[in-house]
Amino acid sequence: MNAPLRFHPRTSDTSYAELVQGAVVDPSLYTDPKIFEVEMDKIFYKTWVWVAHESELRNPGDFKTAQIGRQPVIVVRDRNGKVNVLENRCRHRGATVCEKHKGNATGFTCPYHSWSYGLDGKLRGLPYPEGYEDVIEKADLPLQSLRVGIYGGMIFASFNADIEPLEDFLGNARHWIDLFMKQGAGFPIKTQGEHKFSFKGNWKIQLENTTDGYHFPVVHKTFLQSVDAETSEMLSFMTDDQSITRSLGNGHSVMVMVPEHVDLDADDGSEQLQERFSHISAELSKDMPPEQVRRIVRSLHGAGFNLNLFPNVAMSMSFFRVLHPVSVTETQIRHIALGMDGGPEIANRERMRIHEHFQGPFGFGSPDDAEAWERVQTGAYAGRNVPILVNRGLNREWQDDNGDKVSHSTDETGMREAYAMWKKMMEQ
Amino acid sequence: MNNTDSLQGFSEPLAKAIAFIWQEAELLDKKDYARWSALWSEDGHYVVPIDPDATDFAAQLNYAYDDARMRKLRIERLTSGFAMSAADASATVRTVSRFVPVHLSADLVEVNSAQILVGYKRQAHTMFVANLTHRIRFGAEGPKLEQKVVRLINSTDALNALGFLL
Repeated sequence: MNAPLRFHPRTSDTSYAELVQGAVVDPSLYTDPKIFEVEMDKIFYKTWVWVAHESELRNPGDFKTAQIGRQPVIVVRDRNGKVNVLENRCRHRGATVCEKHKGNATGFTCPYHSWSYGLDGKLRGLPYPEGYEDVIEKADLPLQSLRVGIYGGMIFASFNADIEPLEDFLGNARHWIDLFMKQGAGFPIKTQGEHKFSFKGNWKIQLENTTDGYHFPVVHKTFLQSVDAETSEMLSFMTDDQSITRSLGNGHSVMVMVPEHVDLDADDGSEQLQERFSHISAELSKDMPPEQVRRIVRSLHGAGFNLNLFPNVAMSMSFFRVLHPVSVTETQIRHIALGMDGGPEIANRERMRIHEHFQGPFGFGSPDDAEAWERVQTGAYAGRNVPILVNRGLNREWQDDNGDKVSHSTDETGMREAYAMWKKMMEQ
Repeated sequence: MNNTDSLQGFSEPLAKAIAFIWQEAELLDKKDYARWSALWSEDGHYVVPIDPDATDFAAQLNYAYDDARMRKLRIERLTSGFAMSAADASATVRTVSRFVPVHLSADLVEVNSAQILVGYKRQAHTMFVANLTHRIRFGAEGPKLEQKVVRLINSTDALNALGFLL
């Protein structure tokens, strides 16, 4: 390894971007409240941030509330079917106009003085308007709208009016989003519930984890012991050289754990379906052709990869992982379960049972992740001038023709991609 | 009240159920999962739902929806020593009270109650507050749990990860 880098003492001339130096990172990125504040402005309020999936907003009036950084927003489908993302803040004195997680509404009314807004954010009415004659124009005071971009059903929003088109931002990740959605096995993807949990640690600790294949057999030993041999074998990618991590630009990356499930449409017939799903195969076979049964059962574990989209969402095998930075030392995470919209109930229920097994605060996997991450947060306060290492696999990383950097799935290529984007955005 | 007290106005089935629930609570605080496992009937379900109004648990996503197989796997995980969230789990103390019977007969009792659980770990106390429903069958082998539903009052918001059982 190179000589240790010196991040300290920091001076007023030290830029935040200097705290990421190639494959080593200063631990103050996890602990410094000032850095967190700058991240809100330079990252979360500047780029595309995931807020919803289209299946959560099927009908006009359907809404959900979300957070972008510290700012509360409402994601709502209006009468014309358009998805709007609105600041959840009355234009009068700033109260939130909606406190529900989700629902259906004809509009939003502030509880404080009853200013009421349409699904498109327009200010429709306010009581006792004579006090405002020649003072305000209602047309000037809608709920503020964010830029909205949708790709593959994934809804992103941005406070940055000048942001590049979503498709450009996603770039090489779009191909992997398309592959991910194939787990619908011919049906559209829908969300079917979510686990929310929080841990006492910085958001980037979770961001790193999505393409961290190195931790899996260590942290998730008891999960692997609790599943059938076939699932355990499916997830034994540590020495599989087909199991790779790939940087995709703009901070995005993908880690392939199950190479044969990258493209679920590709099936050479050699894969034995898992015995644990035989009752599902039997039930589906009553009214489906064998190829469709096989297609659905092969997709029950989701796609064979974790796609990490900078800065806040991952499409992770069979679920979406959404992170929400609460403070420099606290992060909330949602694990959103997915199913086949209009697909067979027995298979969608099995997908929920698989989700419960690993995910969430009571799962066999997530609590151990959270424990490791809290240890990172605690440990990061020790060690000024002792950098966080994300250099695993530098010795075997190579560059693909399209510019993606590629290495083994246990390597830290994805983390380096995320920190390169962090550095770029923090420099601007 | 404890196992040996007089019934103090409670009907006998309810008093037996309360004694059973307190015994269960103590086993969980002691993390004596082997003995806790023995309280269950083979077809019993341990459920921690997300949706506060859920009744058809199999049709919805839950935090936990454990049949006998999943309970066994969960206990193996919690006691293996290799799950770091369990190996370093919070110490817990729980109080269960506000018992209201839903169904009372000599062989089956269903009872609602309130649980205030405080976990302690790394200098921090964390509360887990829930409405419980126990369904207990009194048979030849003694009382057995047929269903326990733990409805956390903050189930639709972010929870702390757990290395113990509610």
